[in-house]
Amino acid sequence: MMRLELVKRPQRSALFSALSPFIAFALTIIAGAILFALLGVNPLTAFRIYFIEPISQVWQLHELAIKAAPLILIAVGLSVCYKANIWNIGAEGQFIFGAIFGSAIPVLFPQFEGPLVLPLMLLLGMVGGAAYAAIPAFLKTRFNTNEILTSLMLVYVAQLFLDWLVRGPWRDPQGHGFPQTIQFGDSAVLPELMPDAGRANWGFVFALVAAVLIWILMGRMLKGFEVRVLGSSPRAGRFAGFGLSRMVFFAFLLSGALAGLAGISEVSGAIGQLQPVISPGYGFTAIIVAFLGRLNPLGIIAAGLVLALTYLGGEAVQSALGISDKVARVFQGMLLFFVLGCDTLIHYRIRLIGLALTEQEGAAKLDAAPKLKEAR
Amino acid sequence: MDITVNILLTIATAATPLLIAAIGELVVERSGVLNLGVEGMMIMGAVGGFGAGYLTGSPWIGLLAAIAMGALFSLLFAVMTLSLATNQVATGLSLTLLGLGLSGMIGTSFVGQPGVRLPNLDIPGLSAIPVVGKLLFGQDPVFYISIVLTAAVMWFLFKTRTGLTLRSIGDSHTSAHALGIKVIRYRYLSVIFGGACAGLAGGHLSLVYTPQWVENMTAGRGWIALALVVFASWRPWRVLAGAYIFGAVWIGQLHAQAFGIPVPSQMLSSLPYLATVVVLVLISRNKRLTMMNTPASLGQPFVPDR
Repeated sequence: MMRLELVKRPQRSALFSALSPFIAFALTIIAGAILFALLGVNPLTAFRIYFIEPISQVWQLHELAIKAAPLILIAVGLSVCYKANIWNIGAEGQFIFGAIFGSAIPVLFPQFEGPLVLPLMLLLGMVGGAAYAAIPAFLKTRFNTNEILTSLMLVYVAQLFLDWLVRGPWRDPQGHGFPQTIQFGDSAVLPELMPDAGRANWGFVFALVAAVLIWILMGRMLKGFEVRVLGSSPRAGRFAGFGLSRMVFFAFLLSGALAGLAGISEVSGAIGQLQPVISPGYGFTAIIVAFLGRLNPLGIIAAGLVLALTYLGGEAVQSALGISDKVARVFQGMLLFFVLGCDTLIHYRIRLIGLALTEQEGAAKLDAAPKLKEAR
Repeated sequence: MDITVNILLTIATAATPLLIAAIGELVVERSGVLNLGVEGMMIMGAVGGFGAGYLTGSPWIGLLAAIAMGALFSLLFAVMTLSLATNQVATGLSLTLLGLGLSGMIGTSFVGQPGVRLPNLDIPGLSAIPVVGKLLFGQDPVFYISIVLTAAVMWFLFKTRTGLTLRSIGDSHTSAHALGIKVIRYRYLSVIFGGACAGLAGGHLSLVYTPQWVENMTAGRGWIALALVVFASWRPWRVLAGAYIFGAVWIGQLHAQAFGIPVPSQMLSSLPYLATVVVLVLISRNKRLTMMNTPASLGQPFVPDR
């Protein structure tokens, strides 16, 4: 019988802290190769189609940016929550409410045009996401309710609410009964960055700016210090006069606003109208992005691009090899598993202990016993 | 009268998967481990159960496969959180995400295929008794398993020495370890038991409730089961009561939709989720009571010192 034993390191290993995401990615590739082999596909062919072909042309890099933008925006917000040990897992719902709030302007006032429309929409999107995130924050601080469960339940509610809106009151009367709103007017569409080269829009810029701002907040400002103290030791935080309730609201409102911004950017940029489904699970995938990025905003930019690639790769293998695009979800799940597993190496050394060794240890102890007696 | 009996029967069918999954998670949490992967294990049980039933034609083999699938999948969580001491919240979440993805991939070829259904119990004579006959002697086999399981877990946790040990581990793994109790071994077994239960609950969905494979067919039931454990303050009989209340809410909104009540169907569909939030608020409002009931080392990783 072999067994694992964890030996605590005297201090966290900087080496493994830096290496862990890469080891995790390598392990995911190996597991992915096995998976493709099981599906009867040559892993090398599959990897070429999955990881290389989707980003071999400029317009494809634009598609990558479109997918990465919401992931990065949501994940940097979540990283603040998770650093503070606050578990907002309802970003998907906040994303939807951001999209709904922001879309109110082009849907309800289509005749309202001009340069003010877009900023107002983005602002409303952030307000919508933050307002929806305020519910679990309020319930946690006021009634001590577990935020994991409430924030998640609200995702289902948000999805149903959006479904009702686009099939009911907000449905396009000229849309031949399709469940969707009217196409947004020109001034309500998020402009593309380089229309000649590809579809990428300003959402990606928002994501990069948000990541840098949160990086400054977490590393250079008192609020960031407060987040980290309250996250690692709430007691120490209390002695320092940091309020836990205020922190819960801060983390939820911030991450909700960013998820809302991601929602309205996606709808006004990539989609152009509201539909029953506006997200392929960005809010949940962003959780993986946050962890893969080591809860560090700059790491999250890289992680967001990697996870965006898993979406594109999933679509690519579906069209080229006829494999279900669910393979992307499997890759994402495995990646998170391996990241969490590798993170153990930061704080612990892993020793493999075989039975033989244990016997040796026992023998050594037996040897030592009489000597102890003599010493006495 | 017949309508009432039928409604009661459908409530029992809706409550059964919630009850089984929540009872399993209750044991896991009593041992001090928080496994947020219930939804993932449940959907894996559902796809495994449907697949095995569809391929062999036997719903019973399907049910066994569902249990095995859930247990196997929970083992992944156990190795990560117990042997590698990873963060339980994050690992549980990743188990759910992986389960939803993996089940979707495995189930691609099952979509739209006719499934097999576990036959209802039918005892000649007894099942024909008016009103109570069908309720007591004419339901699906998993319903009876769920009731026996609840009673067995109640007895195990509160009437046996092993159950006492399990609860002590959940309250203080350090003390239990100091007493020479194999904390990690108990937790491994608890997590696997919880996984088997979640798998069985998923199997009930794809072999009894709606005998077919639909992607994401658990529809948040795993999360509701997690909420039920909190709602029940970690007591089995309260889980039973809670599961039936939620079963009633679930069926109630379906009937309301069928009757054409002038309320948007989406609003009715969101009732079970809203009810979960309301119930959680009501139960956790009293901070001291919650603190008293929660297993004290719930969710904390444990690395034995040697």
